Amino acid sequence: MSYSDTVVDHYEHPRNVGALDQADSAVGTGLVGAPACGDVMKLQIKVSAEGIIEDAKFKTFGCGSAIASSSLVTEWVKGKTLDEAAEIKNTDIARHLALPPVKIHCSVLAEDAIKAAIADYRRKTPQEPPQ
Amino acid sequence: MSSTRPGENRPANRPVYLDYQATTPCDPRVVEAMLPYFTEKFGNPHSRNHLYGWEAEDAVERAREQVAALIGADPKEIIFTSGATESNNTALKGVAHFYRDKKDHIVTLVTEHKCVLDTCRHLETEGFKVTYLPVETNGLVDLARLEAAITERTAVVSVMAAHNEIGVVQPIAEIGAICRRHGVFFHTDCAQAVGKIPLDVNAMNIDLMSISGHKIYGPKGIGALYVRRRPRVRLQALINGGGQERGMRSGTLATPLVVGLGEACVLAKAEMEAESARLTGLRTRLLEGLRARLPEIYVNGDLDHRLPGNLNISFAFVEGEGLMMGVKDLAVSSGSACTSASLEPSYVLRALGLDAEMAHTSLRLGLGRFTTEAEVDFAIDHIAEAVTRLRSLSPLWDMHLEGIDIKSIQWAEH
Repeated sequence: MSYSDTVVDHYEHPRNVGALDQADSAVGTGLVGAPACGDVMKLQIKVSAEGIIEDAKFKTFGCGSAIASSSLVTEWVKGKTLDEAAEIKNTDIARHLALPPVKIHCSVLAEDAIKAAIADYRRKTPQEPPQ
Repeated sequence: MSSTRPGENRPANRPVYLDYQATTPCDPRVVEAMLPYFTEKFGNPHSRNHLYGWEAEDAVERAREQVAALIGADPKEIIFTSGATESNNTALKGVAHFYRDKKDHIVTLVTEHKCVLDTCRHLETEGFKVTYLPVETNGLVDLARLEAAITERTAVVSVMAAHNEIGVVQPIAEIGAICRRHGVFFHTDCAQAVGKIPLDVNAMNIDLMSISGHKIYGPKGIGALYVRRRPRVRLQALINGGGQERGMRSGTLATPLVVGLGEACVLAKAEMEAESARLTGLRTRLLEGLRARLPEIYVNGDLDHRLPGNLNISFAFVEGEGLMMGVKDLAVSSGSACTSASLEPSYVLRALGLDAEMAHTSLRLGLGRFTTEAEVDFAIDHIAEAVTRLRSLSPLWDMHLEGIDIKSIQWAEH
């Protein structure tokens, strides 16, 4: 299988690899996928007091497309509000990386990872009721 | 012999070839032997009335002797086919169809090559019964279990000699003895074994053996089937026509390819002992080099009963396809799901009892005639660097370092 240049670039120079402090109340962690299925993504976001994602980190066990999908979304979520980040669609990821049909599940997993990280953050830091 | 060997003078942009179980390059000596039969000696080996036919026929019969000599057979027992897939189909369907009135049962292993398994599945749709035996965790069959599976309705037992994916070598002589004792035919797919390990159809009581050209430095598109004459094995032909190959495989023989297969067998026979020792040394070097650099790596399949040129290793916490992308200067293959159209990991590794997660982390490293020590050292460096880098990206590796058992986590399988 040949990969698009964008996938190769993210695979060889992954952005935002690493971890944030899971205990920090400003950090949301999403862990999706399963080792038995051949891909696991861990995506973490750090949310500012203003509700903006100011940092994002990932670690991924998976094929090149899975690594590229998670690397890409760490770039995309930064600077977005939680609601904006939740709008990121797997189809956008797949299109940007030119994923072939057998790799679409990698982009689905990356979308799931964002949603899981946001849900974890919201669970840890319940939203204040509107004034 | 030609002065350049494949692998030498490899252009910088060509990966190091470590996929010798997938296919092998034609040995230049094989190509040289074939060349005249494309051009001046182009006759139809079945033409009986002129020189062109006679010289082609002589070449085909010489090749038949060369193939037979490698496996201790009589040349009359060798029929040429298009490759091991056709040989396996001809052997299994041929025996099943010929003896179907009295016998309708086949015994094989769950780890056989897809062309044996698919042929068996096909025969099941025709009403035949097939027993697919499991293997032990080292990939070898339990002989007592195999013997117990044989019934008076069993026509043939089919067990491959050396495995394409994990390289394990089954106890062929013992299986042959069991089959002979029970009066059932023994077919063995020897695509990977011929020319790599000593085989003798009489000493091992083999009744049918499939042989491939392109796995032994011969051309693609040619193979052979050994069919025992005493006691005689009868086959119903798959391909009907002019009655060539004793009626078992009609069609004009591809003289240049047949000549190439013969020459490949001559070379394999002459060089097997030295080459086997050389490859075992390279394989040990590769494995020890990787073990010195990387923790948590596991060899799949028995290491003692194994083809000299095969390693299949799980690199825990690193997904196989991602790893193949990282070792882009090596041509290797993976048992991971992602390499195939399906998303299931290798059925062979699963049959060894490997968890799906470990099956996803495997690479097959195949060494062969043109592999050098320098290439092995390059592979060690390249793989160790890629695995180390990918582990630094792997959430599972982090969990492992923190002492978390990844099996203890409730994963959402998708």
